[in-house]
Amino acid sequence: MLQDGLRGALNQSVLEPAGPQAARAARLWWFAFIVATIVYLLTMGALWWAAHRARQRERRGEVAVGPESELRMTRGVTYATAATIVILLVFLVTDLSVGRTLSPVPSKHPLTIELTGHQWWWEASYADTSPHGRFTTANEIHVPVGQPVLFVLQAQDVIHSFWVPNLAGKKDLIPGYRQSMWFQADTAGLYRGQCAEFCGLQHAKMALHVVAEPASQYRQWVSQQRESAATPPDSVASRGREVFLTGQCAMCHSIEGTSAGSHAGPDLTHLASRRTIAAGTLPNTRGALAGWIVDPQRIKPGVRMPPNMLKPQDLDALLTYLQSLK
Amino acid sequence: MRTLVRRLPTIRALVLCAAALATAASVGACRREERRFRESPPSATPSGVRVSALQPGTPMDTTHVRNPYENNAYAQSEGQRLYGWYNCAGCHANGGGGMGPPLMDDEWIYGSSPENIYATIIQGRPNGMPSFAGKIPTPQVWQLVTYVRSLSAQNSTGARSSRTEHMMMYPGSNSLQDPETPKNSFRPPASEMP
Amino acid sequence: MSETIAPTAAAVPLGPDDADIAELTRTYRSDANGLWAWVTSVDHKSIGKRYVATCFAWFLLAGINAVIMRMQLARPENHIVGPDRYNQLFTVHGTAMMFLFAVPVMTAMALYLVPLMVGTRDVAYPRLNAFGYWVFLIGGLFLFTGLYTNTGPDTGWFAYTPLSGPEYAPGKRVDVWAQVVTFTEIAGLVAAVEMIVTIFKMRAPGMSLNRIPLYVWSILVVSFMIVFAMPSVAMASTMMLAMDRLVATHFFNRAEGGDPLLWQHLFWFFGHPEVYIMFIPGLGFVSAIVETFTGRRIFAYPVMVLSLFITGFVAFGLWVHHMFTTPVPQLGRTLFTAASVLIAIPTGTQIFCWIATIWAGRPRYTTAMLFALGFIVVFTIGGLTGVMIASVPFDLQVHDTYFVVAHFHYVILGGVLFPLFGACYLYFPKITGRLMSETLGKWHFWLVFIGVNVTFFPMHQLGLDGMPRRVYTYLPEMGWGKLNLIATVGAVIIVSGVAVFLWNVLASARAGAIAGANPWGAPGLEWATSSPPPPWNFHPVPVVEGRAPLWEAGEELPVATGLATDKREIVITTALDAIPDSRHEHPGPSHWPLVMAIAIGVTFIGAVWTPWAYVIGFAMSGVAFAGWGWPRGTHPEDQVTDGILPRAEAR
Repeated sequence: MLQDGLRGALNQSVLEPAGPQAARAARLWWFAFIVATIVYLLTMGALWWAAHRARQRERRGEVAVGPESELRMTRGVTYATAATIVILLVFLVTDLSVGRTLSPVPSKHPLTIELTGHQWWWEASYADTSPHGRFTTANEIHVPVGQPVLFVLQAQDVIHSFWVPNLAGKKDLIPGYRQSMWFQADTAGLYRGQCAEFCGLQHAKMALHVVAEPASQYRQWVSQQRESAATPPDSVASRGREVFLTGQCAMCHSIEGTSAGSHAGPDLTHLASRRTIAAGTLPNTRGALAGWIVDPQRIKPGVRMPPNMLKPQDLDALLTYLQSLK
Repeated sequence: MRTLVRRLPTIRALVLCAAALATAASVGACRREERRFRESPPSATPSGVRVSALQPGTPMDTTHVRNPYENNAYAQSEGQRLYGWYNCAGCHANGGGGMGPPLMDDEWIYGSSPENIYATIIQGRPNGMPSFAGKIPTPQVWQLVTYVRSLSAQNSTGARSSRTEHMMMYPGSNSLQDPETPKNSFRPPASEMP
Repeated sequence: MSETIAPTAAAVPLGPDDADIAELTRTYRSDANGLWAWVTSVDHKSIGKRYVATCFAWFLLAGINAVIMRMQLARPENHIVGPDRYNQLFTVHGTAMMFLFAVPVMTAMALYLVPLMVGTRDVAYPRLNAFGYWVFLIGGLFLFTGLYTNTGPDTGWFAYTPLSGPEYAPGKRVDVWAQVVTFTEIAGLVAAVEMIVTIFKMRAPGMSLNRIPLYVWSILVVSFMIVFAMPSVAMASTMMLAMDRLVATHFFNRAEGGDPLLWQHLFWFFGHPEVYIMFIPGLGFVSAIVETFTGRRIFAYPVMVLSLFITGFVAFGLWVHHMFTTPVPQLGRTLFTAASVLIAIPTGTQIFCWIATIWAGRPRYTTAMLFALGFIVVFTIGGLTGVMIASVPFDLQVHDTYFVVAHFHYVILGGVLFPLFGACYLYFPKITGRLMSETLGKWHFWLVFIGVNVTFFPMHQLGLDGMPRRVYTYLPEMGWGKLNLIATVGAVIIVSGVAVFLWNVLASARAGAIAGANPWGAPGLEWATSSPPPPWNFHPVPVVEGRAPLWEAGEELPVATGLATDKREIVITTALDAIPDSRHEHPGPSHWPLVMAIAIGVTFIGAVWTPWAYVIGFAMSGVAFAGWGWPRGTHPEDQVTDGILPRAEAR
């Protein structure tokens, strides 16, 4: 179901990097993998050979090895241990050098995004020097290609972990702490991330998408996100806005430019511009949206969104309104 | 094996003990630990709730609606969360009262039974308590009722969480109370008392 | 009976001396039967057996959890269990496997084996031993009662705050977890103390430190690790988490000056050594198995012992590698990465020594030996992936994914379960007097070996594909379905393997071939006594003259005579050279350990609901203390005859 709107976005693989951070980690993995495979094969070979030699001796009717073999054994174990130490040290040095090169942000004034973890969705606030330039969105982060992006990570309730495998390793969002991390997307595309620290009932369905796009497209997106919500284009949508504002929706959600201003749930100002709803769980289609509004607990049991008993025509109007929020 | 056979009475006794213990525990645990996510709201919502002992004419028979979540821990913690989300704290503070009356004492103007609190939330009350009808889904109202009653320890303390991850959420927490709003400072004018 | 212990120069065979045996039977009441005798028993063998059986019961129950979880994950968007149930299942699976199986089963085996291996009649503090078992039993019952009454803890076996704190974990679920941890830590600490004293002070005359079997060394190292590691989690869970939840303290509340990361540090300061606490006894078992079935002493004994010690020390210096995604300064990361990488060296060396031993010996491929070889094959994979995830950049990618799940299951199944199964085949004849079926054993081995690899190898790939841990389901579009299905099939194979094992145990206990005292031709003292051993283990007490006593002594083991048969008497020897030092009388059966355990149980379980439990519990413990320590005139316990004994060299 998700696939249609999100082709390519469901690849969450560590080994298909799209940025320098993930690329270094993937290279480190291949290095470690090859070394480990060789070490493993050698150890197993030694084990097999030892068993084989023992059996050979037994077949020839020889008694256990004599004292002169003690020396060979000592030598063998010493060499093997020495080799282990050398391999581990090489690995350690490689690893530490990779770690050091990846730590500092390679830019003085990177694009900064404040990411807040909630049970079970992501709130992203784009920092700007002017208050008018700030805007907030949820579960979908747009970044320009080829620029380092700094994330300031915090959590509202419990510990979450921000992880987009194609772009960078994970970092925890801990209540009371402000951590930071950065990544850079080298190729335009849609990347999926998922909460990686167990955070309760819907930990499994707490995803987000990162849209890496060329700078011009990104700027266009930013200017659109800074706008207040569009006024309803027709009477059905106006009716929908009324349903939204007078009913249960406005108790938790906010839409810029209307009186709905609660920040308990995701900001819906530009809901229709997003690719997914329910934290990356459903595609943003009319049908999925309707199902989600009416019975969210079937899709994500335990989620904070309550079921909404709406009259059919109210639901229809509400959907029209929400879909007009480009 | 022989030893096993010899131990059979022992093992049987142990199993019986465990079973008895489990039954006892499950009876208590059931209501407290259940987590119901897809709840259709109880069909009967309290309508004719009496909020005062005084009434004209023949005694009115009121419907008693049981709170489906009374003593349920999950519902109570959900209620606690919603108490913040729906800004109940804006007037009632953390139960100590502010602009609105305190909720952690036992003086309740409009009654403290679950259906009374339900009616208060849904209908609103004079002098500031708004009506939340149509704003809060019924199951969540009951969750709020459960939490509000726990503030004054009217339901089982076994289901209550001891504190939140914030400051000053509970009476008796070590934080300083705001000196401007001492506890129990609110008394409605006598004319408004029912 | 002579009043002194005089190791006789002439070797006396461990033969029955009818009058002595009759008196020992009276002293040890070995003919006593029934519930009361069972409940009051302080015999380390009786307690060890029931301890092991209890651990396996929890293992099976936690294994059922794992199977349900695997069923749920077999395909995307499955609906066998919902998130609420799933979270309880995986939390109880982890908690039970770690706290109720992997660590205590190793302790339990040690409680049975160590006194036999060091040639004494019981563990030090036999009543404390019984107490430890009862506390452990109550803890396990509490956890599973919780699970089956929908009160199972649901915040992971690591119970990170604030998710496990009072606000986000409503109800009593996490309280159950916190108290279960307390019970198991008490049991673990008690056993550790017994083991340390037994190994240091109760070894057979002549068993100087350089003659201790490698398995006993591993238990000594582990016991010290327990003493240092477990208080950390006991304090964190009982005092801080339980108090935060029950009496609203603020240890982990950031808003009031507490710190959620404090929990992680305290937990992993215990949690990482815990891994080594689990598998170091496994290394000991592998040494015992390889030694027995190659007919050759383990190569490079001092290196093996030093490796154990180095592992034990370094294990305390790498807990932060569980926390690389939290704020850790660069220098700290470097330190903990280095420590995590370097701990591979001692274990690697041990593996090389075993390979050298196999090369030099004449290996017999019994089931036990297969499990030891399986250990090397499986565990090495876990060790190598462990080195990989010590690297910060790579760990940040696979931390909390199925890669880590694969890694630690390779380590734990390879390092704990395989040696444990091997040890079951090795020691079953000693414990029951009958051999286990080798045919069923081979089936068991191959099913478990194949099952483990089929289940957990694909999980490496799942982790690299980005599948996080602790998810109750995943979207069909993620493409994780196929590998998950394979893993589930593997889990079924493991279950069938374990079923074969259980059948083998039950059938062999009833009708296995009768084993003699030493069916494998093994070198250790435990094989010098009959199978199963009498309640007094040895009479007369064996004297040790080398590292492999039975191989060196041939038919006739030198012994020391002089221990009383009308009292439960043991020899106390010096810590380094095991020179007889004094004699000590051990207590007889007692029901007070059980009373004390119940008092503790009432206190901790009751405290979840009401603080009055402490009042009642204090009173009950007071009674139990008084009963336990009541002077029993006829049995002075401190009859130390130091000075009377000739401090003769036991040779």
